[in-house]
Amino acid sequence: MNTTVARVLRNGAVRFGGIVLAVLIAVAVLAPVLGTVDPAWLDAVNMNQPPMTKADWTGPDNQTAPRTLLMGTDSFGRDVYSRVLYGTRVSLLVGVSVAVVALLAGTFFGLMAGYFRRVDAVLMRFMDGLMAIPGILLAIALVAAWGARLSTVIIAIAVPEIPRVTRLVRSLVLSIREEPYIEAAISIGTPTWKILLRHVLPNSIAPMVVQGTYVCASAILIEAILSFLGLGLPSEIPTWGNIMAEARVVFSSAPHNMWFPGIFLAFTVLAVNLLGDGLRDTLDPKFNKRGAQR
Amino acid sequence: MSETRAPVLSVRDLAVALPAGADRALAVEHISFDVGAGEIVCLLGESGSGKSVISFAVMGLLPDNVHVSAGEIRLGDTNLLSLTAAQLRELRGDEIAMIFQEPMTALNPVMTCGAQLDELLSEHTAFSAAERHAKTLAMFEAVKLPEPERIFASYPHQLSGGQRQRIMIAMALILEPKLLIADEPTTALDVTTQAEVLALIKTLQRERGTAVLFITHDMGVVAEIADRVVVLQQGKQVESGAKHEVLQSPREDYTRMLIAAVPPIDPPELHHHFADAPALSVQELCKTYSSGGWLQKRRETRAATLVSFDVRPGETVGIVGESGSGKSTVARCITRLIDPSQGEVHLRDVKLHAGSREALKAARKRIQIVFQDPYRSLDPRQRVGEAIIEGPVNFGVPREQALARARELMTLVRLSPDVLSRYPNEFSGGQRQRISIARALALDPEVLICDEAVSALDVSVQAQVLKLLEEIQAELNLAILFITHDLRVAAQICDRVLVMQHGIVVEQGTTRDVFRAPTHEYTRKLLASAPGRAFQFAAAAAT
Repeated sequence: MNTTVARVLRNGAVRFGGIVLAVLIAVAVLAPVLGTVDPAWLDAVNMNQPPMTKADWTGPDNQTAPRTLLMGTDSFGRDVYSRVLYGTRVSLLVGVSVAVVALLAGTFFGLMAGYFRRVDAVLMRFMDGLMAIPGILLAIALVAAWGARLSTVIIAIAVPEIPRVTRLVRSLVLSIREEPYIEAAISIGTPTWKILLRHVLPNSIAPMVVQGTYVCASAILIEAILSFLGLGLPSEIPTWGNIMAEARVVFSSAPHNMWFPGIFLAFTVLAVNLLGDGLRDTLDPKFNKRGAQR
Repeated sequence: MSETRAPVLSVRDLAVALPAGADRALAVEHISFDVGAGEIVCLLGESGSGKSVISFAVMGLLPDNVHVSAGEIRLGDTNLLSLTAAQLRELRGDEIAMIFQEPMTALNPVMTCGAQLDELLSEHTAFSAAERHAKTLAMFEAVKLPEPERIFASYPHQLSGGQRQRIMIAMALILEPKLLIADEPTTALDVTTQAEVLALIKTLQRERGTAVLFITHDMGVVAEIADRVVVLQQGKQVESGAKHEVLQSPREDYTRMLIAAVPPIDPPELHHHFADAPALSVQELCKTYSSGGWLQKRRETRAATLVSFDVRPGETVGIVGESGSGKSTVARCITRLIDPSQGEVHLRDVKLHAGSREALKAARKRIQIVFQDPYRSLDPRQRVGEAIIEGPVNFGVPREQALARARELMTLVRLSPDVLSRYPNEFSGGQRQRISIARALALDPEVLICDEAVSALDVSVQAQVLKLLEEIQAELNLAILFITHDLRVAAQICDRVLVMQHGIVVEQGTTRDVFRAPTHEYTRKLLASAPGRAFQFAAAAAT
């Protein structure tokens, strides 16, 4: 097991993605102490200031003091630096939560569909139906129906991902259930639930971890899209998506409002995807060989 | 005859380096041999001996991170190691051809067999389309394929394994190469097909004067086909010489051990009589698979028809047959991994054929199965200790007690009890099979089913596992149902055998009677096909 961990850590993509993500997580957690102010606070005197402006800034305590506006301010006079850093929290939280929810539900359904033929017929037709609806539209419909709260946004993004995870897990289970060690477990009297938990699940973990990172990356993007469309979280809660949405109208005069959250978003998705690719190369036996030859 | 002429292939002091971190620095070292025109040289070795590495080195097909570190390989006057990739590609097909073990994966599944040969000819020769067609058909005829015209238009999946291997041979020989490299070409084939393919390679090679480098792990095949033999162990050349020298008066201990490990095909005298009531009794067992129905025409496949036999405590009953004969189906029906269509299976007083699979849980304990593939029959994510105690724990044995028993069982199967906390990938094939046996024995079964349990193992390891099974049987008075395609193994371990063909038991009796005086034609054919039948291996090893 330790050799697997060592092999994963030797992979360049895993290292790069991991380090970028670690920095982003640190930024999200430490946002209050990184020289930020309340991201919803607005100072109407300083609107649409460009980055690195040294301005007299009236903070939430109503004290006016000189402050360097690292990323400038938006059209309401809010500090973009603070908003982007706090926005990291929402993006990472949504990405990870969606991955966890989609993986848990998808794994459960996938195990059922893969192992029990009767469940398979019904469940997979339902999943096929769900997959026929474009994910983003389904998410928009769900948010519209349930109202825009963090929990509903997470569920709304996770639901369209569930059929994809279910399909993956099902296909893994279908091949694992034919392995002789499953027959061996049956013949030593292992109950079915124990076969699923002890033998089938552990042997399908690696591809699921990889799939999880892709779900996470796409969830971060979809959350940004929902916010950009004004269907995500309300603008008091800063997210990269709604920062960019608000920046759209002043893009020609104050493009930094768009640039900074955009760069953060791009790097986060890139890091998560690289992490996923690296994990796939090291954990998936099919890619293992190719990696070894290089 | 070939000594006077210059050899076609000459390998001198070859060493191939493995990348850092491999289990050894050199895959092979100090390998020297010649293959003359019209000569068959066998590279004989167990798994890990480096025999395939040598063939890849000759073909120039070594993986990127593996390279020749010393020595030379000459084809006639050409030093193969000095050629560029393009020059080598030119040589392959024209001068060197290769046949692989698995004919299905070596053929392109979306091209007809005829088109694949045609492509080869148009690539390497200047023949017209009509000439190519005629030449291909002639080649199909030469490899004794029935109806060459039909085969020409067939896709690989429409042919049997033996026919596919014949296509491979046709492809290899159509350009009349000087050297043919055959890498375990008959290992995936049934024994009767193997005999035909071996005979075919030998005939064609004689007619055309092709030099053949034949790679195999099977001593019987060597006895059948080789002119000279090179014995390899762990990448080192143990000995080489003419077939009769090496097989009849081996100089090295390793060769002697290999030869001694080949089970003689003549069964020993039956010593014991089994008077007890049968532990397992199978009556008129049938298994029919049906597909289609509803919308398509219903198709039925009879995998097993009216199979009846008894196994008594302490007795080993063998089921022998080729692939598709239904022998594994019988084992699966008995253990209820699949449901039999008809017939009765009694485990003493328990009816295994009746009731739901769940209701059989208690009976499962008493009948255990060991599978063929040691690499897939253990869960790669489960420590071997956990695997062995899983069964007893399922039946309510406390963990501590089960672990203590597992330690005893490890000793019984000749493994150290200290390795229980390791994962299966840390063990060799033979060791894994011992672990599988220990797992089966952990439930104290009355009946043990071995489904090709030694078929995937090297011959020396196979001998050890067979001996182990025999000892365990004597100690625990087990009834063993032993399923195998290997007649030599059956001859040694079975008290009685059933011969199956197309789901039907064509002959059964004591092993000695069946092997010495087979009454059914198919049994006779099977026995005649066993490679190296004429050769007395055990006698040779004793000298």
